[in-house]
Amino acid sequence: MSKRIELKDLNIFYGKFHAVKSVNMTIEPRAVTAFIGSSGCGKSTVLRSINRMHEVIDGAYVEGQVLLDGVDLYDKAVDPVRVRRHIGMVFQRPNPFPTMSIRENILAGVRLNNSRISKSDADELVETSLQGANLWNEVKDRLDKPGSGLSGGQQQRLCIARAIAVSPDVLLMDEPCSALDPISTLAVEDLIQELKENYTVVIVTHNMQQAARVSDSTAFFNLKAHGQPGELIEYGPTEKIFHNPEQKATEDYITGRFG
Amino acid sequence: MTATTMPTTTDNQLTAGQLPRFSAIAMLVVVVAVVAGVMALFGTPAIGAVVIVSVLVFLAAMYALSWAVEGSRRAADRTAGHVVTGFFVLALLPLVSLVFSTVAKGLERFDVQFFTYSMRNVIGEGGGAIHAIWGTIIVTGLATLISVPIGLFTAIYLVEYAGSNKLAAAIRLFVDVMTGIPSIVAGLFAYTVFSLILGPGTNSGLSGAIALTVLMIPTVVRSAEEMLRLVPNELREASYALGVPKWLTIAKVVLPTALAGLVTGVVLAIARVMGETAPLLVTAGITASMNINPFADPMATLPVFVYYQYMTPGVPQDPFYARAWAGALVLILIVMGLNAIGRFIAWKFAPKTGR
Ligand SMILES: Nc1ncnc2c1ncn2[C@@H]1O[C@H](COP(=O)(O)OP(=O)(O)OP(=O)(O)O)[C@@H](O)[C@H]1O
Ligand SMILES: [Mg+2]
Repeated sequence: MSKRIELKDLNIFYGKFHAVKSVNMTIEPRAVTAFIGSSGCGKSTVLRSINRMHEVIDGAYVEGQVLLDGVDLYDKAVDPVRVRRHIGMVFQRPNPFPTMSIRENILAGVRLNNSRISKSDADELVETSLQGANLWNEVKDRLDKPGSGLSGGQQQRLCIARAIAVSPDVLLMDEPCSALDPISTLAVEDLIQELKENYTVVIVTHNMQQAARVSDSTAFFNLKAHGQPGELIEYGPTEKIFHNPEQKATEDYITGRFG
Repeated sequence: MTATTMPTTTDNQLTAGQLPRFSAIAMLVVVVAVVAGVMALFGTPAIGAVVIVSVLVFLAAMYALSWAVEGSRRAADRTAGHVVTGFFVLALLPLVSLVFSTVAKGLERFDVQFFTYSMRNVIGEGGGAIHAIWGTIIVTGLATLISVPIGLFTAIYLVEYAGSNKLAAAIRLFVDVMTGIPSIVAGLFAYTVFSLILGPGTNSGLSGAIALTVLMIPTVVRSAEEMLRLVPNELREASYALGVPKWLTIAKVVLPTALAGLVTGVVLAIARVMGETAPLLVTAGITASMNINPFADPMATLPVFVYYQYMTPGVPQDPFYARAWAGALVLILIVMGLNAIGRFIAWKFAPKTGR
């Protein structure tokens, strides 16, 4: 099940600080949408507001609407915990649970919610999730060793496996490849291509080639000036953003990185 | 041909002269001998004076020698190292002498009778402290049972739920104030409460436990708060992002991650109140016989037992003093045992690293 996400006049705040200004966009299901833009322009902030992780921070709040297949996620009646079960997330920095083994990390989404799962189902879930994140071969002999004993790139793939193990409708990935070597990066990109069959995928990246390779649509965010809120400058099919952008700022950013 | 172009080690800018390893110890021996010798010329010197003068001369001489051979940075490093070592030894002296004398004098009555007999009908020799040992275990056990949940939940509220609201600020203030309460005041508080309810002059193990609780709660809150704050926010977010509710995140991610530190904090708090004497003197009181009912009648505890054996000896005095030292030794051993258990648990549950 993948779902369409609409952001309607979304303004995002950290206390008094207005971080992102009136974003309007529609993220299509069964597609990969890339967020690009310079550091600090609010990509992570927008991403975190899609699964209501933004409000976890003290004083942070959101104005406007985020619709998941027409349901406003910020409606009073909506439970953020349920939202997060449908919209999974991979963070910019890998964060495996240090008290858990590799296997327990994968099963965390099930076990932490006090759900029961049979041993054979658990084994299968662990294997498919790790294979999905291209980590199975590296860790299959030490599933009971701690997850924090893995390398940074392995930890990141462990976190991806952990996120897909709960089979969400939408997967948000914040620079999932920033700590990965080219081979793991390719593996994660392949994974994203596979995930898109079933999920709505949103990925933040600083790597232009990656955005061009994996995404169907691209959103370019930018800051007018420091201290100003970030804005969505241009959003459209990746092909068009990269080869025929409408805005000068988009062209500057992309050619600056390419050329 | 390479040998001629390679720089020789003597004019290499990266190396400097080095004193041999044993130079500090050799210097110390020499300095002590010389200082003692010179001072002996003016009559028998006091040991303290020899030590102080020797240390000062040693620091100066070692600095000068190292400065000449190794350069000023190494010399400063050595001096800093010697000063730190000196203070370490200074801090260790009282501890070592205390443990030494307690063991030496406590072993005399550290026998089977001491752990099997109470003081019931004992006037002179013999007798034991089994009633006080049980009393200490019961009173501190009750205090732990009461104060650990209160302290832990307070800390969880402060760290996970309160943020920076006014109630949290007020609680922190109260905890700070409670930390400063003199232990006798805690004892009088518990005594008063029980006197008001059950009539004046009542002693019981429970009132002792309440007094210790007053002392224990702030320590537990403080240490637990520190430990919970050390848990990285990223772990909480990772859990939330999997759709885990907040209370399950706290119970299954935050607490296990902090468990080692929490246990250590609790054990230290227990160890700290276990040796309290004044509050137990006025609340639990003293008795010669075994009493394992904390709700009625006085209950002997080890610190109070030691206090009475030492302060009100009979005739002859020696058996009383011997029992006092043995009681102190048992108390130290219990506290050390608790520390060992705490360390073991902390090690067992510490977040695992490595492959
Ligand atoms: N927890 C926070 N509290 C206050 N301000 C924040 C917080 N997190 C981010 N910000 C601010 O919000 C703005 C957007 O930050 P955000 O992390 O979304 O940037 P980003 O586009 O993801 O950058 P990067 O590419 O470096 O990850 C920045 O100005 C940042 O300083
Ligand atoms: Mg970011």
